[in-house]
Amino acid sequence: MSGVLLAPLAAAPVIPDFGRGSTCIRDNKLFCWDWVQSNWGGTLRPALIQHIELTLIAVVVGFAISFVLALAAYRWSRLEPPVGIVAGILYTIPSLALFQLLVPVTGLSRTSAEIALVSYTILILFSNILEGLRNVPADVRDAAEGMGLTRWQTLWRVELPMALPTIVAGLRIAVVTVVSLATVAVFIVNEGLGAPIYAGLQNAFKTELIAAGALTVALALFADGALVLLQRVLTPWARTARS
Amino acid sequence: MNSANTAQAEGPNAYPSAAPLEFRNVSKRYPRSDRPAIADLSFSVPAGEICVLVGPSGCGKTTAMRLVNRMTDLTSGDILLDGESVTQRKPAELRREIGYVIQQIGLFPHQTIAQNIATVPKLLGWEKDRTQRRVTELLELVSLPSEMGDRYPAELSGGQRQRVGVARALAADPPLMLMDEPFGAIDPINRERLQNEFLRLQAEIRKTVVFVTHDIDEAIKMGDRIAILREGGVLAQYATPDELLARPADDFVARFVGADRGLKRLTLSQLHDIVLLDVPTAHVGDAASDARERAAQRDADELVVLDGGEQPIGRLPVARLNGQPVSADDADPLTSTASRETSLRDALSLVVADRNRPLVVLEADGRLAGLVSLELISAALRPADGAGSPEAARGAQR
Amino acid sequence: MNDFVDGIKFIGDNSGLLWHLTIKHLELTGAAVGIALLIALPIGIWLGHLHRGSFVAISISNVGRALPTLALISFGVAILGIGFLNSMIALVILAVPPVLTNAYVAVEGVDRDAVEAAEGMGMTPLEVLLRVELPLALPLIFAGIRIAVVFVIATATIASVAGGTGLGDIIVDQATYRLPGVIGASICVAVLALLAQLLFALLQRAITPRGLRVQKVRPGRPESAAAVPVITN
Ligand SMILES: Nc1ncnc2c1ncn2[C@@H]1O[C@H](COP(=O)(O)OP(=O)(O)OP(=O)(O)O)[C@@H](O)[C@H]1O
Ligand SMILES: [Mg+2]
Repeated sequence: MSGVLLAPLAAAPVIPDFGRGSTCIRDNKLFCWDWVQSNWGGTLRPALIQHIELTLIAVVVGFAISFVLALAAYRWSRLEPPVGIVAGILYTIPSLALFQLLVPVTGLSRTSAEIALVSYTILILFSNILEGLRNVPADVRDAAEGMGLTRWQTLWRVELPMALPTIVAGLRIAVVTVVSLATVAVFIVNEGLGAPIYAGLQNAFKTELIAAGALTVALALFADGALVLLQRVLTPWARTARS
Repeated sequence: MNSANTAQAEGPNAYPSAAPLEFRNVSKRYPRSDRPAIADLSFSVPAGEICVLVGPSGCGKTTAMRLVNRMTDLTSGDILLDGESVTQRKPAELRREIGYVIQQIGLFPHQTIAQNIATVPKLLGWEKDRTQRRVTELLELVSLPSEMGDRYPAELSGGQRQRVGVARALAADPPLMLMDEPFGAIDPINRERLQNEFLRLQAEIRKTVVFVTHDIDEAIKMGDRIAILREGGVLAQYATPDELLARPADDFVARFVGADRGLKRLTLSQLHDIVLLDVPTAHVGDAASDARERAAQRDADELVVLDGGEQPIGRLPVARLNGQPVSADDADPLTSTASRETSLRDALSLVVADRNRPLVVLEADGRLAGLVSLELISAALRPADGAGSPEAARGAQR
Repeated sequence: MNDFVDGIKFIGDNSGLLWHLTIKHLELTGAAVGIALLIALPIGIWLGHLHRGSFVAISISNVGRALPTLALISFGVAILGIGFLNSMIALVILAVPPVLTNAYVAVEGVDRDAVEAAEGMGMTPLEVLLRVELPLALPLIFAGIRIAVVFVIATATIASVAGGTGLGDIIVDQATYRLPGVIGASICVAVLALLAQLLFALLQRAITPRGLRVQKVRPGRPESAAAVPVITN
């Protein structure tokens, strides 16, 4: 089933047929652990995996695009305003609207979802990569050039490593943003953790709402934490500099 | 330039390469600028010497230096390194053969000290072992403990960072070092220490060095030769420090080196550069008449009293000899003495402080070397040429 | 492309409904941002003035960002049921972090020399806050409000699934309004968000003291990019 074909939500919760199950489930208590257990393999786990896929693809593609754009804007600063404005506009369009506006172009598909998600990463990643590169102190750049590093060597061995903390900071924001917005993709493709949330909203089934919502928050926090760790490993010098 | 030569250098005693540098009618005009930053600049630096570029802010010192390693390209004229025009070289390759220390040091904060120092060897494709050996050796050369190699620049003091900057520039044993105000941002005490250390290092490695500063005292101290630039990158004078102080070419140079240039010149020489006055001596217990006679022979009105070990213990005015044998009690104790290493300037200060009385100079073993008087010091200030001049003596001592 | 044409036609044919929903949308946004300001501004400004609580003030925006909108709404529905209150709470929770963090950073980061000079001239702490810190912090505080407004306009759309009223009502109800309606309403929301962004960008410029404008605004930096502060921790 696709989200757009769902019936409108009634203001008052419909009393749904929760089928067989514990009294907790039948009474629609706030949280029923047994429901989570019996629906983990069939509903929640697949949704979680899809959600991770949606996120990873969007961030990887978004990073690749932003990286190229940022390098170009670093080299030719005239490129920055147009890229920034377009990325800013994309970032400002509410997610639900952007998903829907892509439907006539790329259909009710994962492609549409990914395009929208990617477009939300660009502004953040582009500005952070560019800012990171520009914040490399002029004397360090000068020293690199003076020792005979080529422009390309300076970029890869000096400027990008030094921009890493800012870049990872951007990645953290991008990842968390995408994890959040990917739930909204359920309005055009029935994938990811948005699916159980949407199902829960339809029949006001509390356990499903809370379980799926909590999984989304957990995923966002986990991804954020993982990136913090990654940054610690990749930038040992930054720790000493701060202390 | 002989690049094979530079790349092979290794080990503390293997610094074979220093290349002469020549500026030939070099001019540089920045785009959108109505007057040149460097105008018709010509001078040459013999291999193994330190040439200091000095001048007021904005006179083009940094520009002149950056023309050498082609961080900036010259407009006309030519710069020859080891007889070869730098304009014929690929900039990146050229720069790997030239050590470059900038004022802000520019260490890579994301790399350890060892990695920083290994930058150019890595670019040149040295083997790991060799690079590592070189790093250890360089840390020792600039007096940093080898454990410091694993630290990051943020964990070092300013002076230590500065040394790393010098080590990094020396890594591939370049025949030429460019140093742009390398000690500019350091407090006076550490600055002097670094200056002395660099001079000691240079005595060992004998690179050709172009050293930029706007501090005339630093220029006098560091330079074998000094090029004074004026506004617009015009060479005002190119000379040895002594010549510069003794015979400034014009008003600008005279003002730049300062009204106290005579005193500055005195710092260039030490007491062993001049011939000291002979002074009559007497040992404790000598007969007064002998002592009086010895003073009369030299037309002196005082004697230096020596103890049994030939060590001076006081000075005795002839008038005080009253027929008794010479005794330590009659002599004035030695309040101030100088050594052969004392600079003429310090000696002058001591003489003046002692009411212009000639100063006792001691040898390293404590024996008497002689006296230095006001007249001797002022005679040393007169422009001297050829052998025996303070400058020549200083060169030999280095 | 036909769908877009139909969408625009829908806007023309249903301008009354869309206008009504736009007003509702803005009311919801205004109320949520208003409440958020009442909560966040005093806390952020006061903490910034005291130079205290940086950990809380900064990490609240990280946590806020990590709260997926739809998850927040789903918690609200589970606990409070579908309705206005639930949407409002979700929107306020989302609007507080950017306002609080920016207010904190803005006041905290005011040039120490200026503050010390003011104290040296004998200003009381309150006078320092009102006459020195706040005027200098205003642009950054305002940037936080702008982020919150744009964020809430976007999220209010989604709140329609949980009982909020706004342009989202059409977008989430394709069964009734068909694709042209959904597209039309999406266009309206997008335009609304962009206009808000633009308006606030202009306002922010207007309230920036002239002395600050010279030093803070980097040439060639698009205004919109400044909406997402580059965060490095
Ligand atoms: N990249 C540049 N573009 C245009 N003009 C420049 C550039 N770099 C330097 N100049 C100008 O060239 C002149 C010489 O500058 P330079 O940096 O060589 O001076 P300097 O002697 O090193 O001064 P300081 O002692 O202050 O370091 C100055 O007038 C400066 O403004
Ligand atoms: Mg300079």
